[in-house]
Amino acid sequence: MKSSIIVFPGSNCDRDIAVALEKFQIKNQMIWHDETILPKSDLVILPGGFSYGDYLRTGCIASKSRIINDVIEHAKKGGLILGICNGFQILIETGLLPGVLLRNKKLRFVSKNVFLKVINLNNKFCLNYKKKNTIELPIAHIGGNYFANNKLLQSLEDKNLIAFKYCDKKGNINKNSNPNGSSNNIAGILNNEKNILGMMPHPERLIDPLLSGEDGSIMFESLLKSQL
Amino acid sequence: MKISIVVTFKKDVLDPQGKVISQTLKNMGYNNIINVRQGKFFEIELNETDKEKAKKIVEEICKKLLTNVVIEDYTINFK
Amino acid sequence: MKITPEIISKHGIKPEEYKKIIYLIGKEPNMLELGIFSAMWNEHCSYKSSKKYLKKLPTKNKKVIQGPGENAGVIDIGDNDALVFKIESHNHPSYIEPYQGAATGVGGILRDIFTMGARPIATLNSIHFGSHEHPKTKNLLNGVVLGIGGYGNCMGIPNVGGEVKFDHSYNENILVNAMAVGLVKKNKIFYSKAKGIDKPVIYVGSKTGRDGIHGASMASVEFDENAEDKKPTVQVGDPFTEKLLLEACLELMKDDSIISIQDMGAAGLISSSVEMASKGNLGIEINLDKIPCREEKMTPYEMMLSESQERMLLILNSGKEENAKKIFNKWDLDFSIIGKTTNSKNLVINFNNKEVANLPLNSLSADAPIYDRKWKKNIISKKLSLPKNIRSLKISDCLKKILMSPNNSDKSWVWEQYDHTVMGDTIQKPGGDAAVVRIHGTNKGVAITVDSSAHYCLANPVIGGKQVVCEAWRNLISVGSDPIAITNCLNFGNPEKDKIMGQFVETIDGISQACTYLDFPVVSGNVSFYNETQKKPISPTPTIGGVGLIKNLDNMITKNLKEIGSYVLVVGKTSGHVYQSEFFREVMGIRHGPAPEINLFNEKNNGLAIQTLISKKFVNSVHDISSGGILLTLTEMCISGQIGAKIKFPRNDISPHEYLFGEDQSRYLIEINEKNKNKVDNILDKNGIHYEMIGRTQKDSLDLDEEFSIKISDLNELNTLWFKNYFMEN
Repeated sequence: MKSSIIVFPGSNCDRDIAVALEKFQIKNQMIWHDETILPKSDLVILPGGFSYGDYLRTGCIASKSRIINDVIEHAKKGGLILGICNGFQILIETGLLPGVLLRNKKLRFVSKNVFLKVINLNNKFCLNYKKKNTIELPIAHIGGNYFANNKLLQSLEDKNLIAFKYCDKKGNINKNSNPNGSSNNIAGILNNEKNILGMMPHPERLIDPLLSGEDGSIMFESLLKSQL
Repeated sequence: MKISIVVTFKKDVLDPQGKVISQTLKNMGYNNIINVRQGKFFEIELNETDKEKAKKIVEEICKKLLTNVVIEDYTINFK
Repeated sequence: MKITPEIISKHGIKPEEYKKIIYLIGKEPNMLELGIFSAMWNEHCSYKSSKKYLKKLPTKNKKVIQGPGENAGVIDIGDNDALVFKIESHNHPSYIEPYQGAATGVGGILRDIFTMGARPIATLNSIHFGSHEHPKTKNLLNGVVLGIGGYGNCMGIPNVGGEVKFDHSYNENILVNAMAVGLVKKNKIFYSKAKGIDKPVIYVGSKTGRDGIHGASMASVEFDENAEDKKPTVQVGDPFTEKLLLEACLELMKDDSIISIQDMGAAGLISSSVEMASKGNLGIEINLDKIPCREEKMTPYEMMLSESQERMLLILNSGKEENAKKIFNKWDLDFSIIGKTTNSKNLVINFNNKEVANLPLNSLSADAPIYDRKWKKNIISKKLSLPKNIRSLKISDCLKKILMSPNNSDKSWVWEQYDHTVMGDTIQKPGGDAAVVRIHGTNKGVAITVDSSAHYCLANPVIGGKQVVCEAWRNLISVGSDPIAITNCLNFGNPEKDKIMGQFVETIDGISQACTYLDFPVVSGNVSFYNETQKKPISPTPTIGGVGLIKNLDNMITKNLKEIGSYVLVVGKTSGHVYQSEFFREVMGIRHGPAPEINLFNEKNNGLAIQTLISKKFVNSVHDISSGGILLTLTEMCISGQIGAKIKFPRNDISPHEYLFGEDQSRYLIEINEKNKNKVDNILDKNGIHYEMIGRTQKDSLDLDEEFSIKISDLNELNTLWFKNYFMEN
């Protein structure tokens, strides 16, 4: 499996995701936002961070980068795209995913581990979560409040395009377990074709028992398995 | 009476967002951009007919709440 | 413009100092030159009140590569790895504008780290506010936390630890001390000393604006009489630009283009150019026409005194300019060749083809005044007898009151606003004795702590100085590390008052004694004086940032209780010193009295024994006993482990309150599995260490024999109430 991580000015989780990919022996290249040509890739990753300082609107300026055209082409051809945190925000600004990401309800940055229910297991990112579908991952964001109007929400639910929802330790999806006020506790969504995943939590930060868990590893295992 | 207020950083203060927006526009091909400043817009509807009184109230609001007087300026416009 | 006594005074220069200037340069300075002296000779840059005493601090040990005198200190951690670290204050700006003051404080300390070639891997903060009841405190606390988070999160550097303290002495003078640690290869450290003549001097980063030029900015009066109230006294930080600057600098540092580099911090272009040239015993010539400016028609005075953020000064090897320019342009940063090194030993500034300033560098740095300020010894409280009603207080009530107090409350409200897991190497998060960050790509870790105990210092500056160093040392030991060195931020009132100067002198004495005994030298730091308003000074507040090495992370240890049925031991002797304790201050409202004694021999002996126990894996968990004494320490271990304990007093020579809440120093609480008890006892006995078994761990509740039983979940609830209620966020 070959992957490309797009690096924008201000991205700061690019090294973290590169480390995760290397751990799972996925061949990776770092691609600068200003390149016009995306090398042949199975997986494109838009990493977390503060591209362009989150200025104007989060992810907005990054979505106008020269490389984005090729990223969109890659998506059209069915290539995989994973947008993590700021990457999710960029995917929304490019229109590759629907809805909008607003400021956290309490208007504060939140950095902590949360529990997630893996809702859609039938996609290449989440296959292996069949063995464990209530997981724990870190979040670190101020703009993770996913908002969709009722029509879109209904559509996402009906078509089973919600990948993750915030839940409690026992897997119950409720208001208390929602760290940022997102609609229906949504933490990550897929596009119609299920080749694009946007998620707020950081799987690349939990791939090591020393870091208190390995629930992030399962996603990378799924991606590898999906290639076989 | 409707009064609009624009709050921006003071003239000599660095406006990081304005700076990046300006650069992005240039990168998008808008070559004659000289400068961009970003600010906040407020519209206050007051139950008051006397313009002078209204102005005084709004000035007070600006100084007490809407503006960080250490680093921001405001301009008031009457509709 | 003529220089009048009023102008000289507005520049912060005393009449005697002005006379010295004339003597040193052989003429009257012009306005620009006066401005340059005012920047270089002010307390922050010259250390004129503190230098004499700072020289007494020990600054070396086998692992120190670079001590004070550079942008930051550097220590060797083996395998060609080195750590660069420093702590700095940004107190006065944070009081005026808490968000931007704190943000630019973080920005400044980060630049001090990466200017030496190190990628920052962690930040910590020690922040002090007035009484929570003071009308300004809430906004200041909120603003500072938002500012630290806003800047640090954007930079993508984990904020892994710190402290938040409240005391009325900071009512009108808050403290924001920011620390940063970076990782560098030993053979790739960059210094600020200029070398070589005719080498290009390069300006990189953000454009220069009129930030930070105060009322003394006489030069701009010529243009606009109303300029005064438009001038910001606080700069706006731009963490996005700083992130670009970080990446661009590290990219350029991969090869040998850079001879020397320094960030433009306080006194901007002045201090960086003067310091780089002075250290190299060279001269420097600057052409102000080449300075990238944000505003139009900036004068030489404004350009030199500007404190615009996110700028660096580089001296490159000849021929490397083009390549360097490409790198900075790629990252959208300004790059300008603004001058060259010379052999004149002068600072020469040109503008519009005219020489506008010419000063011997020595006059600005080496010959800057050093004061031997008058000081007097502080009056120390004698040992006092205990108030009679102490035994009538229910211990459980006392514990609850301490748990709910702002200083002892759980601080997750603060640190959950800081990204503490970015970079994927945070092994111990905020809330423990020390943070632990893995050295990327290895199984080594660095333990980092930041500590202060102002009330001990106020009671007894010598003991306070010793204590805070010992506490940092103990915290590093408690997570399984080998303490190596410290950075210090010395926050005091007005040094021109002999009482304050006395606090400074005596605190340094205490710090020196502890650092020397523990082989724990000072490698960097800063001094912040004049933290006082209307004659009310802050309590003397030395903040210590300690760093230790964990050679193998398998040996790291945490404070949370691990299993049911294990033994809980107090290591170190308890005499029950309750004056200046949280029990006295929070519960009894008694704030006077002596500080607890420090016995350096016991401190070291106990610490080394704990290290042995940890390395042999004889202990489950360790927590050093500090504020709140044994009972609060144990409560914290219970809450974090979600495991209770049942304890009883092992002695009857002192009252239970003194035993449980006394803040005697050099002690640890350890949890040991039954099977290891004998081995632990043997080691402690062999080393002559006093210890007492006080009980065993159990499920669900913390029980004090025949006194109380409280559920751990209730204790946790009480401990997390304060911040939620203060900010009404539930």
